[in-house]
Amino acid sequence: MKLVFERGLEGQFQKIMPECDVPVYEGSDAFKREGKLNLPHLSENELSRHYTEIAKRVHGVNDGFYPLGSCTMKYNPKINEDMAALTGFTGIHPLQPTYSVQGCLEALKVTEEYLAEIAGMDAVTLQPAAGAHGEFTGLLLIKKYLESIGAAERKKIIVPDSAHGTNPASAVMCGFEIVNIPSGEDGCVDLEALKKAVGPDTAGLMLTNPNTVGVFDKNILQITEIVHEAGGLCYYDGANLNAVMGVVRPGDMGFDCIHINLHKTFSTPHGGGGPGSGPVGCKAFLAKYLPGIRVAELEEGLVAGTAEETMGNVKAFGGNFLVVIKAMTYIMTLGREGIPEASKNAVLNANYMMSRLKDLYTMAYDVTCMHEFVMTLDKLHKETGISALDIAKGLLDNGIHPPTMYFPLIVHEALMIEPTETESKESIDAAVEVFRNLYHMAYENPEALHEAPTKTPVRRLDEVRAARTPILKYDFNA
Amino acid sequence: MGSYVPTSPAEREEMLRSIGVPTVEALYDNVPSEMLLSRPLNLPEGLSELEVANKVSAIAEKNIVFKTVLRGAGAYRHHIPSIVKSVVNKEQLVTAYTPYQAEISQGILQSIFEYQTMICSLTGMDVSNASVYDGATAAAESVAMCIERKKTKAYISATVNPAYLDVVKTYCYGSGVPLTIIPEKNGVTDPEALKAALAGDSACFISQQPNFYGMMEDAAALGEITHGAGAKYVMICNPISLGICKTPAEYGADVAVGEGQPLGMPIAFGGPYLGFMAAKSQMARKLPGRIVGQTVDKEGKRGFVLTLQAREQHIRREKASSNICSNQALCALTAAVYLSAMGQKGLAQAATLCTSKAHYFAQQLCAIPGVEMVHEGEYFHEFVTTLPKTEEVLAELESEGILGGYPTEKGVLWCVTEVVTKAELDRAAAIVKEVLAR
Repeated sequence: MKLVFERGLEGQFQKIMPECDVPVYEGSDAFKREGKLNLPHLSENELSRHYTEIAKRVHGVNDGFYPLGSCTMKYNPKINEDMAALTGFTGIHPLQPTYSVQGCLEALKVTEEYLAEIAGMDAVTLQPAAGAHGEFTGLLLIKKYLESIGAAERKKIIVPDSAHGTNPASAVMCGFEIVNIPSGEDGCVDLEALKKAVGPDTAGLMLTNPNTVGVFDKNILQITEIVHEAGGLCYYDGANLNAVMGVVRPGDMGFDCIHINLHKTFSTPHGGGGPGSGPVGCKAFLAKYLPGIRVAELEEGLVAGTAEETMGNVKAFGGNFLVVIKAMTYIMTLGREGIPEASKNAVLNANYMMSRLKDLYTMAYDVTCMHEFVMTLDKLHKETGISALDIAKGLLDNGIHPPTMYFPLIVHEALMIEPTETESKESIDAAVEVFRNLYHMAYENPEALHEAPTKTPVRRLDEVRAARTPILKYDFNA
Repeated sequence: MGSYVPTSPAEREEMLRSIGVPTVEALYDNVPSEMLLSRPLNLPEGLSELEVANKVSAIAEKNIVFKTVLRGAGAYRHHIPSIVKSVVNKEQLVTAYTPYQAEISQGILQSIFEYQTMICSLTGMDVSNASVYDGATAAAESVAMCIERKKTKAYISATVNPAYLDVVKTYCYGSGVPLTIIPEKNGVTDPEALKAALAGDSACFISQQPNFYGMMEDAAALGEITHGAGAKYVMICNPISLGICKTPAEYGADVAVGEGQPLGMPIAFGGPYLGFMAAKSQMARKLPGRIVGQTVDKEGKRGFVLTLQAREQHIRREKASSNICSNQALCALTAAVYLSAMGQKGLAQAATLCTSKAHYFAQQLCAIPGVEMVHEGEYFHEFVTTLPKTEEVLAELESEGILGGYPTEKGVLWCVTEVVTKAELDRAAAIVKEVLAR
C-alpha cells in the first residue's frame, strides 16, 4: 500500500484551524523555521481511507486467537474505553488545584488499594508507564533503601537465566551489576546456585513466579528466605500475575516489591506497543521512598503529596492516568469473585490446551503449568528442518497470532503459549487443530511450511537488509 | 458480577477431564498450601456494566473541567481534530501488541515508519525512534545516549520544566551520572555559566525551546558553547512551535526530544502522553527503544520491520541501550494522524494562533496596573507576569470557569493556545482587572 506521503496532492489541506481573531504576531526572524516542513497533504476522506487500510493490515485481539506467551493478550473490554474517554477525566489538567481533581485522586487511591490487596503489598505508586519502567522504579526503591541503612556496597542483582531481558537491563540502569544464575532442570531456581550467588554484595533478586517456563516455583519461600538472610531484597516481576490473582499473593511469597502490568493482567489494550502502565507495589518499609502522587485523606477531602524520602519521579505528573482508569473499571467489574475466576480460568485454559497438544509436541517441562506453557520444537526441527519460526509463520496463514518465539532463552526452539481466560473452549479447540495440522505438515510437506506465510499482506521480510542498510524514514526527494 | 470468561461449567468439566485433574484448584498443587490465600480478596463485589458505568462516571463528576484553560507548564490543551479520535479508536490499532510478527503487523509498522518520518520532518533530524513514555523520560533517556568512556558528566539548564528536571535527576541517580544544573539569567540559560561549567569530560547539555518560562533561548549560542567543549547538545522542544520556529537541527542540536501530547492527545491528568526522540544519523544506534525500518519481502514487495534490535533489552539484556520495552505506540499513531490532518499549513496556523493569542493576552494583562512581564525577550505561547493577590485572582477566575496561569516562584506562568477565543481572553483579563481594583 501507499505511504501517507505518497497520497494526496501538494497544496491540499483540511480546514481545521480558524482565522486569527487577534492581531497576528510576526516575531523575530532569528527564531523562524528555515527548512521546509514536509508533512502529508490529503483530504479528510483520503486520510480516513489511509488509516482504514492500515488497520486492515493489523492483527488485533479482536481479529482472532492471540496466544502470545508472557504478554497476556486477553480481551479488552469496551466499557473500560468508554470510562477512560469521559471528559471528567480527559479534560483535567495535571496541575489543577486539589479541590478540582477530587475524582482523579479518588481514582488513584482506589486503584492503589485494589492493586495492593491483589499483590499482597502495603503501598502502590501508579506513576511508572510500563513494566520495564516499573522495574526501574522498584530497583531504585531497593537502591535508596540500601543506601539509607548504610548498605550501599550491595551492588549485585541476581537474575535467573530464564528472566525477561528487561530485568538485567533495568538493573544496569540503576547502577547494579548482574549475577546470572542458571535454572535447574525443572526450569525453576536452582537453590544451590542461588546459595552460592548470594553474599555481602547482594542487593537483591528479580524473579517471576510463575516463572517464564510457566511453572510455579514450589521452593519460593526458601528462595526469598535465602535472599533475605543474605541481606538482599526480593523483587517480583509481575508479568505473570494473571496466573495467581486471589489464589496466592507475591507479598505472601516473601517479595518486598513488585511491578504490575496493567496492560497484561488488568485488560488494558496494548495499542500496538503501548501505552501500558507499570504500577509498583511495596512493603511498608519501602513506602516512604515511592515516587509519584501520594494521596492522603484529610477532613477537607483528598490531598496530593509526595513521599517523605522519595527516590524522585520517574515520569512527569501521575502516570498513564487513562490506562489506570481502564484497569480500575476492570477490577470494579470483576470484583472479589471475578478476579480469582479470571486467573483460575487462565490456568485451566493453558493446561487444557497443553493436554491437547502434548501427544504430538514436546513440552519443555511436562508438568502442570500455570497460565502459559512452553513447547520445545528441537526434535521436530532436527527431524524435519521445520523450526519454531516456521510453525509460527504457518499459524499466520491460519489467522492465529503466533506464540512468543525463542523465549525463554533456556529452551531450544521455544514456543510459549498463553491462551488467557477470555478464549472459549471452541477457539482453543480450533487452534489445537491448526497446531496439530502444522505438526503433520512438517513431516509431510515441509517445503510448504518454509514458504509460509502466503496469505498475509507481505511474505517473509528481509530483516538482515533492514539492519544492514537502514531506511528509517521516507525520502521526500526520491 | 461482570465476567469475561466465556466457557460454560459443562465445558470446564470436560476440560478438566482432558487434563486429568478433578478440580481447577488441583492445578495449583505446586503452590505451598500455607501460602494459599485462605480468604476472599478484600475487594468490592463485582458489578454489572451499567453499575460500573454509573460508579466510574460519579468519580469523574467529582472533577472540575474548566471551560477555559490558561495553564500549560508541560500539558497543553489544543484542538483535537475529529479524524484523529476516529482513527485511534479503531479496534485493531487499539488492541494489537508490539509488532513482533511483521507479516500481520504491517499496518502498525508502516504507521510507526510514517510517524518516524514526521518527527524527523518536524525536528530536522535524521532518525527517530518509535516513542518513549513522555517528554520527561525522553530527556532523561537522552543522557545515556551521550555518555562515553571519557565523557561522563551531564548538564541541564535551570530553565527546563522542573517536572522534567526531576525525572532527569532520578535517571542520573540510577546510572550514577553526575548532573549539574546551569543557572538562568533573565528567564533564559546563562551562557557564561554554561561556558564556565563545561569541560573535557562533559557528555551533554540539555536545554528547552521554548523553555519552561515560555522564553526562546539563544539556542544557537548554547549549542556552539556545548560543541566547543566537545559535548553533545540535546534540545527539548515543543512540537506545535516547530510549525513555525527554527528546528533543533537548524540550531545544531545532536539530539531532539520532547513532549508529543500537544499533537492530538488530551491533557488527561498527565497521561498517557508521548515522548519523542530524534537524533543525527551518527547517533542512530544510540537511540533507545523500537525503531522501524523499510525492507522488502521475498517477492520484492516493500514492507516494514522492527530493526537495529541489537540495541534492545530482549537481545542485549544487561548491555542494552535502555530497558524500554512497551512504549507509547498508540500515542505516536495519534501524533501521526494529527500531523497528517493538520498538514504543514494547519500546523503553522496553529502555531501562529498560539503565539499571537499569547501576545495579545500578555498585552491585555500588562495594561492592568500591577501586572508586568517578568522577562524581556521573545516568547512563544507561555509567559510569566507578576500578579498581585495571586491566590485571590486565580480563585476568582476558577469560579468563572477559567483555569488561570500556573503559580511559580517567579510569578504566574500563563499559556494561551488556539482553542481560547479573543472573547475568553478579554473576559479573563477583565476579571483580573476587577479583582486587582477591589
